[in-house]
Amino acid sequence: MTSMQELSQYVISGNASKAEELTKTALEEGMKPFIILNDGLISGMDVVGERFKNGEYYVPEMLIAARAMKTALKPLQPKLVATGVEPIGKCVVGTVKGDLHDIGKNLVAMMMEGAGFEVVDLGVDVPPEKFIEAVKENNAQLIGMSALLTTTMVNMETAIKAFEADGIRQSVKVIIGGAPLTHKYAKDIGADGYAEDATTAMEIAKELIV
Amino acid sequence: MKFNNLTITEREKLVFGSSPKPVKTKRGLTIGDGLVYPELNFTLPPMGINETTLPDIRKEYKQIVTKAIERAIQLESNGVVFEFETLLEMTLKPEIGIELTKIMNDVCEHYFQTKGFRSELRLTPNDIRDYERPPKMRTSSYLDNMFELFERGAEQGGDLLSIETTGGKEIFDDALMMCDTKTVMFALNVLGVRDMKFVWRKIVDIAQKTGAIVGGDTACGFANTAMVLADKGYIPKVFASIVRIMTVVRTLVAIEEGATGPDKDCGYEGPFLKAITGTPISMEGKTAACAHLSPVGNVAAACADLWSNESIQNVKLLGGMAPTVYLEQLEYDTRLFNQAILHGDEMVLNLQKLLVESDIHHDPQALVLAPANVISISKEIVKGSSYLEASKLGCLKGLEIIDEAIQTGALKIKDQEKNWLSRIREEIQSIPEKEDEFIANILPTLDESKWIPKEYGL
Repeated sequence: MTSMQELSQYVISGNASKAEELTKTALEEGMKPFIILNDGLISGMDVVGERFKNGEYYVPEMLIAARAMKTALKPLQPKLVATGVEPIGKCVVGTVKGDLHDIGKNLVAMMMEGAGFEVVDLGVDVPPEKFIEAVKENNAQLIGMSALLTTTMVNMETAIKAFEADGIRQSVKVIIGGAPLTHKYAKDIGADGYAEDATTAMEIAKELIV
Repeated sequence: MKFNNLTITEREKLVFGSSPKPVKTKRGLTIGDGLVYPELNFTLPPMGINETTLPDIRKEYKQIVTKAIERAIQLESNGVVFEFETLLEMTLKPEIGIELTKIMNDVCEHYFQTKGFRSELRLTPNDIRDYERPPKMRTSSYLDNMFELFERGAEQGGDLLSIETTGGKEIFDDALMMCDTKTVMFALNVLGVRDMKFVWRKIVDIAQKTGAIVGGDTACGFANTAMVLADKGYIPKVFASIVRIMTVVRTLVAIEEGATGPDKDCGYEGPFLKAITGTPISMEGKTAACAHLSPVGNVAAACADLWSNESIQNVKLLGGMAPTVYLEQLEYDTRLFNQAILHGDEMVLNLQKLLVESDIHHDPQALVLAPANVISISKEIVKGSSYLEASKLGCLKGLEIIDEAIQTGALKIKDQEKNWLSRIREEIQSIPEKEDEFIANILPTLDESKWIPKEYGL
């Protein structure tokens, strides 16, 4: 029987082809898809996340591990869907209208994918209606908004008001992040969470919807 | 590469407040001629930019400059440069940026006429080509907005022209996250160089037409992003150090095209530019912690001609409005530099020594900015017959300096960092010196959806 520990190790070391191969073997052996996902792939990414948090890994190592997981997910995905296993959450992320900064937002997307979320990245300069459309299209439970400027952070409040007016606000959690923001600002504008970095964003997302 | 020799060849001549090619502004500040001046940068507090808020925005900018000048006069300052780095909407709608330039220049002129106080305005429009993705670097209609703001803003008193161009950034960002040395080199030293030539020729034309001073560029969006990511532990500090060196030839292109300095504050490649070209530079260090943290708070001042704070919101602090508070901090720093200058070369070098030694043992990014290392690296850069070769030589020298400091115990870094040194060196050594060959090698590896080769003449 395929060892889930071995699969985790391939994810940790970023060996995409081995991770994919082992996933296929496990499926052929009749292992349950959600076991492969949780005990093999996600547990590997948990180790990577922990090493990153402890300063043992940098982003490149984490990206390579995330790619290995993504590759291994390819043969697994149809089986997961067939057995009704959903990603741990669906999230729409974007940099708010008027703002072109996206490295922080990209890091958040990467962290969340690594943690097992399905992430729809809308890019930069995203107006509220685009967030709304994406939430509806993807049945997302979470919106992550980023802003780096004092003059664009105010567009987060506008966006949340638009979510309320549209009626989607009740069904989604909203996390915000970016250099000029604070916990207080998040509270003031009615967001559910504020994350000061990408790792925290992923942790808050898990707390909010898992 | 037009520069084949260093203008400043000795480490003892690469000092604060003195440049071989000083620049005189219209109200009589001579930058790089024996004094360091503060350069105050500022931004709006949290607020939107639209028709409704414009009256308040006008008041904000007028208040910032007025209060800062009044405090500068109280402190008997020698003069101050203000940087008006526009916010995106102010370049998108150039008429906003132009009007605000006029408002602030009128304040500067008022205090010049009534009190004889000399202040000057640096106008820095945004590179808004990034609004379209992939960006159209040469054919974007946004270029019209950018150049309109440059030209009409210069006519309204924007005396020093600068910009943070973004050529190559659409390739750079992903490569930086992966610490992909080759692609970062391609983004900066092939795409960046080509774009700098394109943009700066036009800015130089505008400056000649309007009589403005052609300041310079900054690789802020590249190397400072690397610096901030390294600070958060996302990428190795040694990688960020080498990215910094890679930005040198890219930013040098502005001077090749006719920029005279002072180079822009957030370009920590400034000391290299000063050594190579002799143009004065603006720098920011500990006083920029209000905008971003850095490991180069003191060493950044080692050869500054303007001393800046990067950006501060116009919010109230206990001491006063934040830009006024920062003006005061900058003024006291520059007083110290200028007092050292009054005491002569020995005192300048002693103060510089403290600025340098207090930082360089803590971080490789600080180490490569030490004047002695800036000279060593710059000497290698000017040996290059092409931008690519120049950058490679500079980076390899930088790696050698970092390696040596680790070996001697002068620099302590984490073991994970050390592993990256040989990896970066191998990647740099494997880059062909001939640009055509490098381009042919790297093109198939790039994501075509992210950039448009013909927008770089490729």
